[in-house]
Amino acid sequence: MLSRIGAVLLFGVLSSPAWGASSDVALKTRDWSFSGPFGTFDKAAMQRGFQVYNEVCAGCHSMKLIAFRNFADLGYSAAEIKALAAQYEVQDGPNDDGEMFMRPAIPADRMPSPYANDNAARAGNNGALPPDLSLIAKARPNGPNYLYSLLSSYGDAPNGKEVPDGMYYNTAYPGHLIAMPQPLYGDDVEFSDGAPTSIEALSADLTQFLMWAAEPKMEVRKRIGVAAVFFLSIFVIFSYLAKRRIWADVH
Amino acid sequence: MSANQFKSPVVRWIDHRLPVFSMLHHTAHDYPTPKNLNYMWNFGSLAGLSLAIMIVTGIVLAMSYTAHVDYAFSSVERIMRDVNHGWMIRYIHMNTASFFFIVVYLHMFRGLYYGSYKAPRELLWILGVVIFLLMMATAFMGYVLPWGQMSFWGATVITNLFSAIPYVGESIVTLLWGGFSVDNATLNRFFSLHYLMPFIIAGVVVLHIVALHRFGSNNPIGIDTRGPQDTISFHPYYTIKDVFGIAVFLLLLAVVVFFFPNAMGHPDNYIPANAMQTPAHIVPEWYFLPFYAILRAVPDKLGGVLLMFGAIAVLFILPWLDKSPVRSARFRPLFRIFFWIFFVNAIALGYLGGKPAEGIYVILSRVATAWYFIHFLIILPILSTFETTKPLPKSIAEPVLGGFSSTPKQAYAAPRRS
Repeated sequence: MLSRIGAVLLFGVLSSPAWGASSDVALKTRDWSFSGPFGTFDKAAMQRGFQVYNEVCAGCHSMKLIAFRNFADLGYSAAEIKALAAQYEVQDGPNDDGEMFMRPAIPADRMPSPYANDNAARAGNNGALPPDLSLIAKARPNGPNYLYSLLSSYGDAPNGKEVPDGMYYNTAYPGHLIAMPQPLYGDDVEFSDGAPTSIEALSADLTQFLMWAAEPKMEVRKRIGVAAVFFLSIFVIFSYLAKRRIWADVH
Repeated sequence: MSANQFKSPVVRWIDHRLPVFSMLHHTAHDYPTPKNLNYMWNFGSLAGLSLAIMIVTGIVLAMSYTAHVDYAFSSVERIMRDVNHGWMIRYIHMNTASFFFIVVYLHMFRGLYYGSYKAPRELLWILGVVIFLLMMATAFMGYVLPWGQMSFWGATVITNLFSAIPYVGESIVTLLWGGFSVDNATLNRFFSLHYLMPFIIAGVVVLHIVALHRFGSNNPIGIDTRGPQDTISFHPYYTIKDVFGIAVFLLLLAVVVFFFPNAMGHPDNYIPANAMQTPAHIVPEWYFLPFYAILRAVPDKLGGVLLMFGAIAVLFILPWLDKSPVRSARFRPLFRIFFWIFFVNAIALGYLGGKPAEGIYVILSRVATAWYFIHFLIILPILSTFETTKPLPKSIAEPVLGGFSSTPKQAYAAPRRS
C-alpha cells in the first residue's frame, strides 16, 4: 500500500516539472524531435537554428558555454568547424611583449560574446541584460515550448494595457511585458536548404538549436538509458525468480 | 559459526587472527530475522544503497568541481559537457538524492505504521531520526554547490532562519556565512561540510545497524519472535529479497536519470547565482517542502523556525508519546485511521510548501501544521490510553490462532504460501 502511494507520489512530482511557472501564459506546444525516450536532435534544424542565432540573436545574446568544437554535434565536419571558427576574432595573450592581442578563433575556443561585460550589455540594451543562451532551454519551465512561444507571441497590447517605453507586449512572457524587442518577423534569414522562414519555422529551428546547447549529451543519455532500462528489467525479472525459488521452502 | 567452519584455509587463517569473517557471518548470514517481513522492510537496504551511490558519485564529482563563486557554476557545466560521462555522474548524484529521501520517507512511514519505534527499539528509531537530520543538512548544502539561483537564494533564506534565535542568532548566521552575506566563504564551508557529513551519516548508520541487530527487525504483526519457528536466517532469504528490491529501485532510478533527469530539480538553478535578482518563488528541493510549509505557516519568524525544528524534535520523543503496548497498526483500528490521516496531511504539507504563501494556501498550511503536531502530541497519547486493540496472535508462526478471523488475510502475513 505504502509503496504504491510512494510510486504515485514520485510520478506526481515528475509530471509537474513546471511548478512555479506563471499561470498567466498559455504556451504553444509542438511535437519536438527530441522529446520522448527515443527522441533525437534534428541536425538540419539545428544548423538552421544556429544560423538564426548567428544572424539575429548573437548581436545581443552570448553563448559562453559553447565552443566551436561542439558544433560537430550539429553535423559539421572538422574542416567546416575550423573555417567557421576562423570567421571570429578572440582575444589572446599576453604575448612576449606583455600585450593582449586579437587572433582568429580555433575550434577549441568558446564563442565570443557580443559585449565585453554585463554592464556594457546593459548599456547597449536600455538597461536590460540579454541573458546568456547556453542553458536557456533548461533554465525556464517547459523550456522548448516556452522559447518557441516567446519568439512567436509578440503582438499589440489589448486596449487598456499600458506598455511602458522600452517594453514590448508578449503573451508568452510572464506579466506580458518584456524588454526584448521582437527579434523575428519571418524571412529574417535565408536558408541554403530552402526550408520555410515563417516566424514559427524560425522559432522552432532556433529552439531546436538552443535545446541542444542546453543539453548536448541528450542523445547519448537516452541511448545509454534504453540499454540500462533493458538490462535492469531483465535483472528485475531474474532477481524475482531467484527470490521465489529461494523462498519456496519457507512456510 | 566458528572460524574452522570456513572452507577456504586462507579465510580460516585470517579469521583466526582477525575475526572479520565470523563477524560478517554472524551479522549478515546467521542473523535470525522474522519470517513474515513484507516489502515495506526493503527500504532500509535501499537507503544504505542510496548512501553508497551518493558517496561514490560525490567523490567523483568533487574531482572536477571548483568551490568558488566565480567558477562553481561553470565547473558543473564543465562536468556536464566536457568530463567523460560527467553528465551521467551528476544526474545520478542529483536524482539519487531525491530517491534517497523517497526511500527514507517510506522507511519512516513504515516505522510509524508498524510501531517500530517502540520498546525496545527506541534508540534504533532515534538514531534513524539523527540520520534524517544529517541527511537534510547534507542535502541542503549539496544543493548550494552548483551556485545557481535557487542554490544562492535557498542558502540565503535557510541560513537567515537562524537569525531568529534570540541574542546569538546574528552571530550564528555570520558563522554559517563566514562573512556578512552568502558568498565565497559560505560556498567553501558548505563544500567542506557536504563532503564530510556523508561519512558521519555512514558512522551513524553503523550504530543504527548495531542497535537493529540487538533485538532484530520488528515485523508486520509487531510481536516479538519466540523462537526458531518464527525466524529465518538473513541470508539467503532477505539478501535475495533485498537484491530484488535493489533491482526495482535501480530500474526506477535509471528511468529518471536517463529520461527525466531534471524533473525533480528547479529550472532556475540553471541560471547562475545573482545576488541582485531574487527569483519569483524561492522553493527548496521537494523533500523539504513539508517542513518549509510548517516554517511559513507561522507569521512569526522565530515561531516558524521553532515549529519547523519542533516537527523533527517531536520524532525524537515519539517512543514516549505513543505508549500503546501494541506495535502494529494492524491491531489498532483507530490508530490505523489516524495514521492515514497523518499520511495524507504530510503529503498536503508537501504540496502547500511548493505553493506561494498567500490566500487559501496560508490557511491550509496552518491547519495542516496544527494537525501534524496534534497527531503526535494529542492523538497518539490519548489513543494509547483509550484505544481497544484487537487480540494479538500468539506467535508469528501461528498467527491465525489469535482469534481475529475478520481479517485473516492481513494477519497472516507470511511472505509466501508454501
